Formats: sequence, C-alpha cells, structure tokens
Amino acid sequence: MQSRLPIIVFALVMAAIPFVPGMPPFWIVLLDNIGLAALVAMGLVLLTGVGGLTSFGQAAFVGFGAYTTAVLSTAYGLSPWLTLPLSLVVSGSLAVLLGLITVRLSGHYLPLGTLAWGLGLFYLFSKLEFLGRNDGISAIPPLSIGSFKMLSPGSIYYAIWIAVIVSALLTMNLLDSRTGRAIRALRRGHVAAEAFGVHTPRAKLLVFIHAAVLAGLSGWLYAHLQRAVNPTPFGAQAGIEYLFIAVVGGAGYVWGGVLGAAIVVVLKEVLQSYLPLILPGSGQVETIVFGIMLVALLQLAPGGLWPWLMSFLPERASGKRPDTSLKLDQRPRAPGESNILLQVDKARKQFGGVVAVNNVSFDVQAREIVALIGPNGAGKSTTFNLITGVLSATSGSISVLGKQVDNAPPQEIVKLGISRTFQHVKLVPDMTVLENVAIGAHLRGHSGPIASMLRLDRADEARLLAEAARQIERVGLADQMHQLAGSLSLGQQRIVEIARALCVDPMLLLLDEPAAGLRHMEKQQLAKLLRDLRDGGMSVLLVEHDMGFVMNLADRIVVLDFGTKIAEGTPATIKTNPEVIKAYLGVAA
Amino acid sequence: MNTTIMLFLVQDGITNGAIYALLGLALVLVFAVTRVILIPQGEFVTYGALTYASLAAGQMPGTAKLALALGIGAFAFDLFVARNALHGRLIVRSALTNIVLPAIVLALTVYFAAQKPPVAISIALSLVIVAMIGLYLYRVAFQPLAHTSVLVLLIASVGVHLALQGLGLLFFGAEGQRGPAVLSGAFTAGSLRFTGQSLTVYSITIAFIVALWLFFGLTLYGKALRATAVNRLGARLVGIRTTLSGQIAFLLASVIGALSGIMIVPITTLYYDSGFLIGLKGFVAAIIGGLVSYPLTAVAALVVGLVEAFSSFYASNYKEVIVFMLLIPVLLLRSLAAPAVEEEKD
Repeated sequence: MQSRLPIIVFALVMAAIPFVPGMPPFWIVLLDNIGLAALVAMGLVLLTGVGGLTSFGQAAFVGFGAYTTAVLSTAYGLSPWLTLPLSLVVSGSLAVLLGLITVRLSGHYLPLGTLAWGLGLFYLFSKLEFLGRNDGISAIPPLSIGSFKMLSPGSIYYAIWIAVIVSALLTMNLLDSRTGRAIRALRRGHVAAEAFGVHTPRAKLLVFIHAAVLAGLSGWLYAHLQRAVNPTPFGAQAGIEYLFIAVVGGAGYVWGGVLGAAIVVVLKEVLQSYLPLILPGSGQVETIVFGIMLVALLQLAPGGLWPWLMSFLPERASGKRPDTSLKLDQRPRAPGESNILLQVDKARKQFGGVVAVNNVSFDVQAREIVALIGPNGAGKSTTFNLITGVLSATSGSISVLGKQVDNAPPQEIVKLGISRTFQHVKLVPDMTVLENVAIGAHLRGHSGPIASMLRLDRADEARLLAEAARQIERVGLADQMHQLAGSLSLGQQRIVEIARALCVDPMLLLLDEPAAGLRHMEKQQLAKLLRDLRDGGMSVLLVEHDMGFVMNLADRIVVLDFGTKIAEGTPATIKTNPEVIKAYLGVAA
Repeated sequence: MNTTIMLFLVQDGITNGAIYALLGLALVLVFAVTRVILIPQGEFVTYGALTYASLAAGQMPGTAKLALALGIGAFAFDLFVARNALHGRLIVRSALTNIVLPAIVLALTVYFAAQKPPVAISIALSLVIVAMIGLYLYRVAFQPLAHTSVLVLLIASVGVHLALQGLGLLFFGAEGQRGPAVLSGAFTAGSLRFTGQSLTVYSITIAFIVALWLFFGLTLYGKALRATAVNRLGARLVGIRTTLSGQIAFLLASVIGALSGIMIVPITTLYYDSGFLIGLKGFVAAIIGGLVSYPLTAVAALVVGLVEAFSSFYASNYKEVIVFMLLIPVLLLRSLAAPAVEEEKD
C-alpha cells in the first residue's frame, strides 16, 4: 500500500498553480497538454510497463474518444457530459474488438500489429465523410457546468487534472489488488500465472481496455479543450510519442507516466521555441534533437527517469505484516473423496518423433508422498506438465478423484486442488514475496477489477494476504516477507514457490526439484514440512535428484527412464532394484 | 475492368511488391540478429534515393557529411569503450574505418557532385554513403543498448527514425525529387510494356533474395548471424562476435534500403518523409512472414504490392487503410495458431 500523502500534496499543488500571481497563461496550456498526455501514458504504463504488452496504437483510442464526442455533440447536439460515457464506451469496446485479435500475440507481433492498425485507423479518420475527412470537425461545444463554460485553457485545467489524479489513484488501486497481481505476473510469461487459475488472455484484455478507456478520456478532454478535432494528432507518430513518454518517465510506474508527459511536452516546447534561435535554418531541427536526446536518454537510463529519481529518496519502511487472524474460506472439496487422488493411466507425450513420456501409469493416494525419480531427460517434468494441463497428452488418460481431466487447461486443474512448483523458478522478481505468494490464492478471492479500483476489495484482499502470510510463515520465510522475490537466493525462491502452491489449499502438491539449491539444514526443514503436510492430510508428488532426501522422505517411488516407467515401490525395494541401478549407473554396475 | 488494366495493375503491384519484399527481408534480418525493429529502414530508402537523385542533378548531398559525423561519433564510442585498454592498433583500425573511410567518400562526393557524375558512379557513391550511415548508426545508437529489451530497442529505433527524418528535411528540403532511370529503354510484350527500370527492380530483388539465401545457408558469417539470432549468449560462448553480427546486419539493411530507394526514385517522386510509409509496408510483409521466414516475407510483400495496386484503382481513398488492415486477418490467424509454449522474456 502506498502512502496517500504525496498524492494529496501533489493534488493541492496542482490546484494552487493557476492562482500563482503572474503565472503566464501559456504555462497553463502546457499543463493542460501534459495532463492529456499523462492520461494516455498512464494507460501505457499499465499495458506496457506492467503488463508487458507494447502498443503503438494508443493514439487511435484517443481519436475514438475525441471523434465520438465531436460527432455526437456537433451533429446531434448531445451535451458533452452525456458524450463522456459514450466516448469511453466507444474506445473501450473497440479495444475489446482489437484486443481480442491482438492480445493473444506475443513478443514483437503485438507492437507491430498495433502500429499497423494505428496507421490504418488514422487513414480511416482522414477519409471518412462523417468525420470531416482531413479537415476534421470544428465548433465543438465547450464543457460547461450550469452557465459556466470552460472556454479558456485555465478553466478546463481542473477537469483535466482531476481526471489525471483520479485515474492515477484508480490505476494504482488496481495494481495493488488481486487482479493487479495477475496483471503484474503477465510480463513473466503465462505458465506460472495460469497454474494458479489466472485467465491470462482475459487479464491482458483487461489492461488493454483500461489503457484504451484512459486514452478515450484523454481524447474526450482534448476535443473539448481544442473544440475542434482533425486526424493529425491521432496518427502513428502520436502513438509512438505516447510510448516514448511512458518509457522516458519509467514504463513500470504510474507516476512515471505523468513525469514523462511533463518532460516530453516541455522539452518539445522548449526545442520548438528556442532551437531556431540557436540553429537558424529550415527544417525540423527540434525533431532531430528530440530523436537524439531520446536515444541518449535510453543509453543513460534505460529504466526511465522515475525510478532514477526515486532512488534518491530514503528507502521506505517495509510494509505492514498482514493480520494473520483473518481466515480464508477453504477451497470446496469434492464430495466423497476417494482414496486415489490422482490416477495416471498410460499417459503418452510425443514431441515429433521423440517420445518424452511413454505410456506411464501410476497413482497417488491420499496422505502419501510419492517421488518421481529418474536420470535427466527421463520425462519427469513432462509428466508434471501433463498432469497440470500445461501440455496435453498424446494419448492415455489422467484422472483426479476418479474423474477424467484429459486436456483440461491449467486453470481447471488447479481448481481441483492440484498445485505445483516449477523446476525453473517462476516468480515475479520485482514483486515482494508476499505478493508472489498471494497469487497462489488467486482463485480463493472474488474481487474483480472495478471493485479493486474503487477499493471495495479490502476485506477480500486482507484475507488473501493473511493466507499468503500464514503460508510464508509455515515455510519459514517470515523475515523475507516484504523483500523482493528476485533478491532471495535460488533455494529460498523455491521455498517461496512452495508457499505459493500451498495458498491454493491443495489436496495434492506437485513439487519439481524442491530441494535443489538448498543447504543441508534447509533440506531437513523442507522434509519436515512435507511430512507435516502429509500428516495434515495432503499428498505430495515430487521430482527430485537428491537420493538421500527422496529415500528418507517418500512413501513410494516411481522410477522413469527414457520416458518409460521401469520400477515402482517403497524406497527399500527401489534401492535394490537391478533395473534402477542399471539406469543410474549403467550396465557394468 | 479489362485485361489491359488488370495486367497493368498486376505489373505495378509486382514492382512495388518487389521493393517491399527487399525491405521486408532487411527488417527480418535486422530483427533476427539484433532484436531491433528497424523503423529507420524507411530513411535508408529515402537517403539512398535522394542522395542518388541529388548526385545525378549535380548537387552535393548532405548525407556524405552525416556519414563522416556519425563516423566520428562511432570512433569516439570505440575509444570510450576501450579507454582502459587503449592500444595503437585498435585506434588506427577504428580511425581507418570510422574516420578515414567516410572522409575519402566525402571528398569523392564533393569532387563528383560538381560534375554531374554518370549513373553508375552516383549509384556506387549513394550505396557506400548509406551503408556507412547504417554501420555507424548501429555503433552509436544500438550497440550500447544491445543487452536491453526489445521495447527499449524499439523506442531507440523510433528516436533514430525521428532524427534521421529531420536531417533528411535539412539535407534534401521539402521538395520531392526524381532520379534518372538506372536502365533506360523499354520493350513491349503483347499489351504490356516493360521498362528497363521495372526489369531492374525484378532482377535485383530476385538476385538479393537468392544471395541472402546463399549467404545464410552456406557461408560461415551467415551461419554466425543465424546463431546470434537464436541465442546471443550461446553465440558469444562459441566465439562469435555479436557486435560484428549486428554490424553486418545493419550494413546489409542499409544497403538494401538504399538500393530499394535508388530503384524506385526513377519511378515515383520521393520526399524526405516518404520512407516511413514505404518501410512500413515492408513491415506489413515482414509481420505476415512472422519476422522469421524469408520466403514467406517475399510472397507476402508481393501480396501487399498487389493489394495496394488494386485498391488504388478501386478505392484509392482507402488504399492505405486497406493495406494496413490487411494485417488484421493475418494477426487473427496467427492468434489462433499461437503456440502454447512458454516464452521466457524480461
């Protein structure tokens, strides 16, 4: 939770600025422009910096917002206040349309795709008859309250900055919530988030809509500030410029968007008005200098200016420890739990000609620790991925509590009470341990994005964090709760993953090499924790290479070699099984 | 519509498509090797075209000076990076490639510009000038950022595009220019008239595609470039200089861009800012090709050229809208076929 004080101070300062005696009116115009750009940049912060989805097309959404109100308030005479929701709805619904197409794209397709439709829409704006073609629409009515018309830049100033500050607050609230954690996990890939029930395409679409609505709001304000619209400010160049603003300010930070907007708008103004004096001559000297400065800035501070500025502030005290007395409802258990939790029956996975898992069958019963061992490349992690729905089996079946779950997506598997950790740790390094672990409880919370923005989710949120804190204490990392996950040692990060998996309230815990990177004492603690969990009624299926650890812990061992099961039994029988010895040590032994 | 018009549109589309194919190939190449989405590709096109046109008109192109200025910058960067381990050979080598070479080219340009050089010399000079700009640009703008994310590289690329476009206005003015045909003359086959220029476009495009294919398939440098594209760290571990790969990629991209520009400037008037749109259409093709496949990009570029030609006939107002919206169904298909595998990214 961020402190509200700096924001209140900021709001008061912004409110006081127009009253400063001798304030040049032109500065107010600049501030108006900064506010408009900041709104769009804020959306991009969420979309690009936090969610990892780069969009060059935001200017088009500004255009949707501006043209919607322009058309409705001139041709149909609607009040600007009535067109506000309509502007937002138009940009939002077009975001749904474009988002459904594009957000599933990953990596570089998305930015290029947005660049392309950004351009296409720009040409559409400039060709459509009812949008006034290249001339646009003029004589848009000003915003008015009663008989007070916001005709001057100084009067609409308040509307703009109220919008900026309210949007910033809502955006920060959203980020600091159940939905926000899901969004923040997006940038690190979707497998981990989906393993805990996050519907990643939906989360991506959500940020896409959020960014588009903010852009639409900026467009609506722009139309009533300029009282005229034409296609130029909504073209690809503008879209690119918004992205700059976000990157210059610091793409991961809401206030970075505002800072970036201030820097870029002022810089452009300064360059435009002073450069011709220094370097006389025709040409866009300011564009040249602007471009060069941008590259230089990226080379000097690739993370943007906001984090750079913040690093000068004294480090803030770590967060409050959640009140662990709050209880979270238990995950609903399937009625009539059978004794066999998981049944893998002739599961097979082929990658082209390679058979990674070859008709493997085994089961996991209630209150049991089963170890899946085998040399490297035996198919252990692939088996995990088949069980958890990350991969779909080529043939065979997997049933949970007697019910077949073949090819169910990971989000459905976790709902059945099977949670997992990963061989390669998949935490979000720039989130705290507490926040990372709370992602595990995603399915046990209910608050949606709107509730989060309006802070109606606090009770739900407190219970989620309490559960996360309890699980962190349980695995013995209470002191690291508020550290960034990326700052922990690899062994500790594996333990954080276990705490996250425990937040699901699972009946079966799948651990992929949990003891790797742990010291001897830590391994013993881990073994004790797993025994306690079993005695508490949970089952554990683990992949592990540390034989001492496995032999002392497991009730039953399944041995895989080249994708095929070669043995199954108690640790004592496995130790003496000739097939197993052959697989591990070779024929001569 | 009669057959003549249709054939004419097809021919027009293929000529443009061939250019887009070249640009698309260059974009794919640069992206694969350096992860830079090369928005300034369009500027290479206009710089090549307008340098050629200026030289042919007996004017001194400013790009030659830019090459020298960037070269000095690259030299400074080289010295700065090696400041703790400076030795004579390094300084001399860097000075030769970054300062002496562009200085010689500048001198040649000044000499030839004064006397309206023949077409071949204009072409050669334009290519060398733009190639040097591409090379030094990589050193100055992108090499220091080579380790950063695709997004940061993309923004830097936009910054470079803005600066180059502004410089383009400074060098060439706001007036459009046309250059003399590379190959004059024409012949007719049936109702179709083939100009020497369009034949040049076809043959150079095909030659380049074949050359790139051979380069990447058969040569050690080509394979090193591909290795860098797949895994930078791995490539470095086996002794491939990733900087060199980046330089080669930018060199190729700038030469391809300049060549495309030289080929189209006799057909259409180019302005200092025309490159952006032309480059973007190469982009569309490259995206359709998934930024990885050369043949697919080439085919896609032809489709883009044809769609553009036909839509300019049927709905000239919506030409650009149609070309860029062509992407949406492609993206849709790619979405549906999106692989479910994890992508590790930071």
